[in-house]
Amino acid sequence: MASFIQLLVSGLATGAIYALIAVGFTLLWQTSQTINFAQGEFVMLPAFFVLAAMNLGAPFWLAALAGVVLSVIVLGLLFKLIIVDPMLKYGVLPLVISTIALSLFLKESAKDFYSSQAQPFPALVPPTDIHILGATISTQSLLVLAVAIITVGALHVLLNKTRLGRSMQATAQNPTLARILGIPVQRMVLYTFLINAVLVAIASILVSPIYLAKFTNGETLGLAAFTAAIIGGFNQVRGAILGGVILGVLDNLSAAYLSSQYRGAFPLLILVAVILLRPQGLLGRVEERTV
Amino acid sequence: MKRFGTAAAAIGAVFAVALPFFLKPFGIYVISMWAVLTIAAIGLNLTLGYAGQVSLAQGAFVGIGAYTVTVLMQAGWPFAAAFIAAGVLCFAVGWILGYPALRVQHHYLAFVTLAFTTLVFLVLRNEEWLTNGVYGINGIPRPVLLGWPTGKALNFYFFSLGMLTVLSLAAWWMLRSPWGRAFIALRENPIRAQSLGLDTRRYTLMAFAIGSSLGGLAGALYAPLVQFIEPNSFGLGMSFNLLLMVIVGGSGYFFGPFVGALVAVLLPEWMRIAEGYYLIVYAALVMAMMAFCPSGILGFAERAFKSASRGSQPAPALRAEGAGP
Repeated sequence: MASFIQLLVSGLATGAIYALIAVGFTLLWQTSQTINFAQGEFVMLPAFFVLAAMNLGAPFWLAALAGVVLSVIVLGLLFKLIIVDPMLKYGVLPLVISTIALSLFLKESAKDFYSSQAQPFPALVPPTDIHILGATISTQSLLVLAVAIITVGALHVLLNKTRLGRSMQATAQNPTLARILGIPVQRMVLYTFLINAVLVAIASILVSPIYLAKFTNGETLGLAAFTAAIIGGFNQVRGAILGGVILGVLDNLSAAYLSSQYRGAFPLLILVAVILLRPQGLLGRVEERTV
Repeated sequence: MKRFGTAAAAIGAVFAVALPFFLKPFGIYVISMWAVLTIAAIGLNLTLGYAGQVSLAQGAFVGIGAYTVTVLMQAGWPFAAAFIAAGVLCFAVGWILGYPALRVQHHYLAFVTLAFTTLVFLVLRNEEWLTNGVYGINGIPRPVLLGWPTGKALNFYFFSLGMLTVLSLAAWWMLRSPWGRAFIALRENPIRAQSLGLDTRRYTLMAFAIGSSLGGLAGALYAPLVQFIEPNSFGLGMSFNLLLMVIVGGSGYFFGPFVGALVAVLLPEWMRIAEGYYLIVYAALVMAMMAFCPSGILGFAERAFKSASRGSQPAPALRAEGAGP
């Protein structure tokens, strides 16, 4: 039982990180039909921004802030202006190819310009353990959970309780109508890109103390984010959260109780099952098809 | 345009035959790799470029083909039989993988095939009794065909080139047949294709199965070419690479995969001075191409050719966009 609680908590923490990444992923899809195959690399990169800032002598908090800001500029603004905007008119596929190339570009850049070795990354809290009901739970996991919940909560308030957020939702649901109502659609789309950049930067700072900062981190994280987004529902923020949490918990439990060799396979089997049985995802809406 | 394309293909063919006599063994190895990967890319071009199904599983099929031929040859099968078995197995697996394609489209299909590639990788890595796990299989022999040993680099190159010719002629013939027309109809407008009485279910599965079996046959040549296989070679990287080859060359153009594979194989060799940076440059080139000319190198060539000869002859009307030179 104690080990089950341990696995559950660490699974929830992993799932919370997946959820943050997946939420950003679905936001981009909803507002601009961008399927960002580089989302995993987007999570890998901010950690290197932070490390680079620390190499310049900045204290950790300042470096983390610089990492978030740089990430907003590079992965939010520049990504939209340079990669996405010129290609939207060609439809979904060229953009998919381009983001695949971008993921390669970012990965190789981090490797060649920083290091091919895994870099230690400062932990946000001293790594001590707390004992609850006989289970050992690391403060790391609790912090990850807390930050993720606060972030998602803040995003929820932004999207549902503010005028800006409702304008963004209108843009996602019906861009033409939103434009008629006087909503600056292009600016709303840009905001979702910026929000995505903030989310991946937060995820990066949370995940790097655990996984170390390595140029290949994006491969597993990106795959997990796609899987989470599809399981939960591609077009729903709360679907992505649910998907992320399911995935994180399942990953930890199946590795412990079923087979550690095939731990990577279980999420994929669920992914295939969801796509076949409920392609819109557990919480998703059916999207209309155009002829 | 048509005459121009034929001339370009003929020049290419002369080059392909004459080139190895001027190359060192490593150069011959590189162009053999081109021939082998082109076969896999032709298969992906059928699935993606003609039938419009986004697949990230072609690398996995190359892997299945490579392992099938290796394991069967270790069990004492002659190469020819193992080669055919690899194609048949991949046809069957591709057919099954096509079923999700009936239910989901576009990006969802990309994710299903991506999951498939990862699953195949896990099986190749974990089932050590069959695949020797992460250590891979070493010393795969090159076959002797009707008394003609292909052990030498030059011989194996001509063997690969011969297979490329045979398989691409088969693909050419198929695309001219009603089947090929049906594939294009499927890409352009699936609902209209169905309302015209095409059995879209069968053609979708067929596009997947034939594309996959070409991937398997390429794998069956890859194993004796490299003489060493390991699960990492057939991960997502290979599938992404093949996809980029088809797109860079020009998806939906018959000769697109030839050009795309050439770029993908030669670029790292040319950019040896740049060492690790070539992947960065390659990725940047692909992004630039997607922004300015998403129809690939051949699409760009066609556009340039058309604008150069505008006025002198009427543009061929009513041809499906990108239906090949």
